[in-house]
Amino acid sequence: MERQLEYVLRTVEERNVRFVRLWFTDVQGMLKSFAITPAELEDALDSGMEFDGSCIDGFSRIQESDMMARPDPGTFELVHVPGEEAPVARMFCDIYTPSGEPFDGDPRYVLKRTLEKARERGFTFYVSPEMEYFYFRSASEPIPLDQASYFDLTPSDEASELRKQTILALESMGIPVQYSHHEIAPSQQEIDLRYTDALTMADNVMAFRMVVKEVAQSRGVYATFMPKPVAGWNGSAMHTHLSLFEGDVNAFHDAGDEYGLSTVAKGFIAGLLHHAKEITAVTNQWVNSYKRLIPGFEAPVYICWARNNRSALVRVPIPRRGESGSRVEYRAPDPACNPYLAFSLMLAAGLRGIEKGYELPPEATNNIYEMTPEERMAEGIDSLPNSLSEALDAMEHSDLVAEVLGEHVFDYFLRNKRLEWADYKSYVTPFEVNRYLGTL
Amino acid sequence: MEPFLVFPDPPPPLLVQTLDLAGYSWKAVANASIAAQLEPPDGWSGAVVSAEGDAEGAFVICRALRRRDVPVQPVLVLVAGNQLGDLELREDLFDDFCLTPFHPKELEARLRLLAWRAGRATGPEVVEYGDLVINLETYQAAVGGRPLDLTYMEHELLKFFATHPGKVFTRETLLSRVWGYEYYGGARTVDVHVRRLRAKLGDDHAGWIQTVRSVGYRFGQSRWGVGGVNRPEG
Repeated sequence: MERQLEYVLRTVEERNVRFVRLWFTDVQGMLKSFAITPAELEDALDSGMEFDGSCIDGFSRIQESDMMARPDPGTFELVHVPGEEAPVARMFCDIYTPSGEPFDGDPRYVLKRTLEKARERGFTFYVSPEMEYFYFRSASEPIPLDQASYFDLTPSDEASELRKQTILALESMGIPVQYSHHEIAPSQQEIDLRYTDALTMADNVMAFRMVVKEVAQSRGVYATFMPKPVAGWNGSAMHTHLSLFEGDVNAFHDAGDEYGLSTVAKGFIAGLLHHAKEITAVTNQWVNSYKRLIPGFEAPVYICWARNNRSALVRVPIPRRGESGSRVEYRAPDPACNPYLAFSLMLAAGLRGIEKGYELPPEATNNIYEMTPEERMAEGIDSLPNSLSEALDAMEHSDLVAEVLGEHVFDYFLRNKRLEWADYKSYVTPFEVNRYLGTL
Repeated sequence: MEPFLVFPDPPPPLLVQTLDLAGYSWKAVANASIAAQLEPPDGWSGAVVSAEGDAEGAFVICRALRRRDVPVQPVLVLVAGNQLGDLELREDLFDDFCLTPFHPKELEARLRLLAWRAGRATGPEVVEYGDLVINLETYQAAVGGRPLDLTYMEHELLKFFATHPGKVFTRETLLSRVWGYEYYGGARTVDVHVRRLRAKLGDDHAGWIQTVRSVGYRFGQSRWGVGGVNRPEG
């Protein structure tokens, strides 16, 4: 640890770094940043930088508004700003109370706590998200850059140039990319991040969203992670591949099983399915998120699992390279979620399934989407919440979510999102005006 | 500074006293396999091997230290006057010797001279491989003069690789040698960091870190010239 601090301090000095950006995340998953000078760095690493927590969504409690942001030296990266010769340093922070306790409202702490529980059982949690997003001409209107579609390669593909620049920037920041391509909708992109441990990946998702937006902005384009920006087009998902390792061994793999799935994997999937409704408010946290979760656009709607059905909530992909590839893909989250909280809840739901030995329901067959609601009910196949309001109802009654998020985040989240729903509910939408004004 | 290897275990009391007074850190080893287990992450600073008691054992360990991809240097042998003949045809196994009973000041002076020759006592410590330069004192690494932007663990991993070129390491070895015991991510962490290092080294140099199928990783070319078989992953 001491050498790590020395490394950070020495590198800042040797590379003439003039600003150190300290990043942290609020409860809604918004990236917060402030800059300090190298002279302040040693103190910051040692005891943290004080800031007013009451300005941050989800942190505020008037009587305890002073917070300390302590940079995590393991996340130290140098970032190059175009036109600037000296690099800028960047670190993610953990938030502490003035008395030096980890702050309950810090999403990074929520994830660390949950990972610790997995570690106590000997598991390391690996995550690999597929990040989807749109490029538009501006933030005010969803005008696409192109009319291309899935895997299309057009000679003057402005978006693919943007994507290339983005990937270069990500790789230079130590965020390796697995795969990238044009998605189904016009101007929609997908960049898949290579798996890493969940804490690093949550940091990476925050950095990713920042880099995508910055690269777009530098070329006069707007990038958005809004889950469903245009009705009638596919929405943007953050399909998340999950796996548990025990040391070097993939705990999800069992060569002797019909599906190649171990008891651990089956329990994990069963846990995800069992708690899916309760965690949806967090994996899909905006009013708009639920415009994506409808039939007909490859988004999951029904709570089921399958190997090759891409509309299932949990998909079990066929491993590509031997047993280390065994994983499950949870398809509900969208890229506008708070990755720390979303990863925490996916992990906790899976662990609960393993711990309580939930039974894995039978694999969904293709005709599930052609069944009538009554037939699905007879088969015991439930649906994800229809709206943010329904999702909040499910979350409110969840012991699991309350335990994982902790009282502070749980209460704030519900309060904040109920307000969002109330705002939405009181709004008269263009849909209603178009549909009703002329006829009623 | 990393410790010196000292043979045998326990070493002669006068040797212990001399090294301690001169301020050298050291670890005693009884044989070559213990030497491998106890080796510090950045390698031994050198070795002082006493042939007085167990001459055969002493030269076995010297040979083991020299027969590595990166031989341990400097190696100083302590011999009695009647053992001088044993040094013949073994000149490749040591850098200097000292007759026993030795004078502490003489041993100290010889060690200082050896250290100076090995370049360890002068200027910043630098590790080089091809056009890669790692300055161990400032923690900075550069390829062809281009500074690399590394996290701490990436830096440590690259330093470890560059100081042990040509040698194959398993993920477990890398974890225990580079990360120590307090790692968070499990053995797959190594793969993740290797990918990041390759990305930061750039396309032209990513191939330095080779994946050795179902074993682990190797930095640079194998000494035995096995090329083409072990390609880096995409």
